[in-house]
Amino acid sequence: MGILLTIAHRLAILVYVAFALFPLYWLLKVSVTPNDLLYSEGVRMWPSHATLEHYRYVIENSAFPIFFRNSLIVAGSTALAVTLISSLSGYALSRFVFRGKYAVVALMLITQMFPLVMLVAPIFKMLSPLGLTNSLTGLIIVYTAFNVPFATFLMQSFFDGIPRDLEDAAMIDGASRFTAFRQIILPLTLPGIAATLGFVFTAAWSELLFALMLISGNDSATFPVGLLTFVSKFSVDFGQMMAAGVMALVPACLFFLLIQRYLVQGLTAGAVKG
Amino acid sequence: MIPTATGSRPRKPFARRIAHTVEPWLYTAPVLVLIIAVMLVPLVLGLSYAFRDIQLLNPFSGGFVGLDHFRELSQDTAFYRALRNTLWWTGASVFLQFFFGLILALLLDKPFAGRGLAQALVFLPWAVPTFLAGLNWAWMFNPVIGPLPHWMVSLGILSAPNNILADPQLAMWGPIIANVWWGIPFFAITLLAALQAIPRDLYEAAAIDGANPLQRFTSITLPFLAPTIAITVLLRTVWIANFADLIIVMTNGGPADRTQIVASYIFTQAFKRLDFGYASAIALVLLVLLLAYSMVIVVIRQRLIEKD
Repeated sequence: MGILLTIAHRLAILVYVAFALFPLYWLLKVSVTPNDLLYSEGVRMWPSHATLEHYRYVIENSAFPIFFRNSLIVAGSTALAVTLISSLSGYALSRFVFRGKYAVVALMLITQMFPLVMLVAPIFKMLSPLGLTNSLTGLIIVYTAFNVPFATFLMQSFFDGIPRDLEDAAMIDGASRFTAFRQIILPLTLPGIAATLGFVFTAAWSELLFALMLISGNDSATFPVGLLTFVSKFSVDFGQMMAAGVMALVPACLFFLLIQRYLVQGLTAGAVKG
Repeated sequence: MIPTATGSRPRKPFARRIAHTVEPWLYTAPVLVLIIAVMLVPLVLGLSYAFRDIQLLNPFSGGFVGLDHFRELSQDTAFYRALRNTLWWTGASVFLQFFFGLILALLLDKPFAGRGLAQALVFLPWAVPTFLAGLNWAWMFNPVIGPLPHWMVSLGILSAPNNILADPQLAMWGPIIANVWWGIPFFAITLLAALQAIPRDLYEAAAIDGANPLQRFTSITLPFLAPTIAITVLLRTVWIANFADLIIVMTNGGPADRTQIVASYIFTQAFKRLDFGYASAIALVLLVLLLAYSMVIVVIRQRLIEKD
């Protein structure tokens, strides 16, 4: 009976792992299948011979390297800006008791509750006279604002874990609060900073709707916009599309490894957003 | 009210008191400026669009039209269909994500060799960018390159290897399955954290008293998980109701609006028809519905806190 239960348990885990990995495996499989085998071999777990031709084509002859660079710039800058700004505000929420604090928290909670898709039209209207549509800067500003409330709560939870005595001692020795914050508290929060960078990078790397609305040319298209345009234009080049898809997956997976240890903390701090 | 953080002594010089009052605001100023400029102002602006005629390609638009958009909306059958679809999409996605997430959390709560690796692998879908998750599943359902239609024929679910995303009766299952695949880790992670907070000796005591596994589950595990379940399910419901990415990527609302939800309908009105006024009117209705729902959450949350 006990052994049967153990076997059932391991089998169930195996089913979950297979379900989680199979679509990604299929993506990889089609991306290395030569075009002539794609249709002739049907449903087969691995092509009779594999090729990196699709990757070579996508890197050398398509605009995907530009999309990749744009996405890297946007997601990287957003992650840096959000982490910088939210470490300040997270620290304030963790350490200060002040009049209006609840209003600040309420404001940030509200921004997590309403449908962001509501803002697509007004943000387009606001950014376009400023010349910030079709620009990476515009996207970075919008993404930074969207991610800052969640990151503030996340950073706050990390600061809450650091004893106050540390900066109190430094301030008694004559350091200003800001110096104590910069030189003592921030270095201790490095793991939290890494987690925030990871969460925000992944969110900005994945964002689709605002990028579709705000960007129309190839030059400043991010990866999601570029891939969707490619899919609707050349919907028969499955090998190339999936090679591009695998490329989009790589940075996200790297950052997933970085933040995996903090998933629980991140998801509970961001339970409002997810 | 009082800046207690520095352990303030009474009677400080005036200038220092001012500095103490201002200090928290210096730290929060960048966040507040950003949120107000990029989220609050557009929100108010968007609410005003709902009562104006704003079409991007029409230079003569911009006038005040009162409740015209809402009158049009009350006769818009596509909108009513989108409302029904939103209920179906949200209900099915949340239920299946929660159900399979809970089972996964219970499975991972038991120590076994290789648990760390298994955990990393089953949580991986959560890291996949949503546009890619959508494309990936759209390709899986495509009979030319994907295995699923052929397998469904072998299992007798489909009579011919067709793309279910093109079938008006079945299309909604495509985005729902993709959403379940992508969202199981979220529930599993939060529920696993709650499971691991349950004191182990409770189970030992119950086992000594002769409780069988099912009794232990219903009288220890479930009551301990109940608050986490209630809050995550309720909040996730709002989030998924607003989550249009998968639908826009996989079906774009089609075929014949069968997969259009309210959030994707708003996006389509703004992005394809460039009718910002009408899009904002729908958005206002969605906001009111979600606000009503959030009230329910607040009340339930209050009840749960009082019970503790």
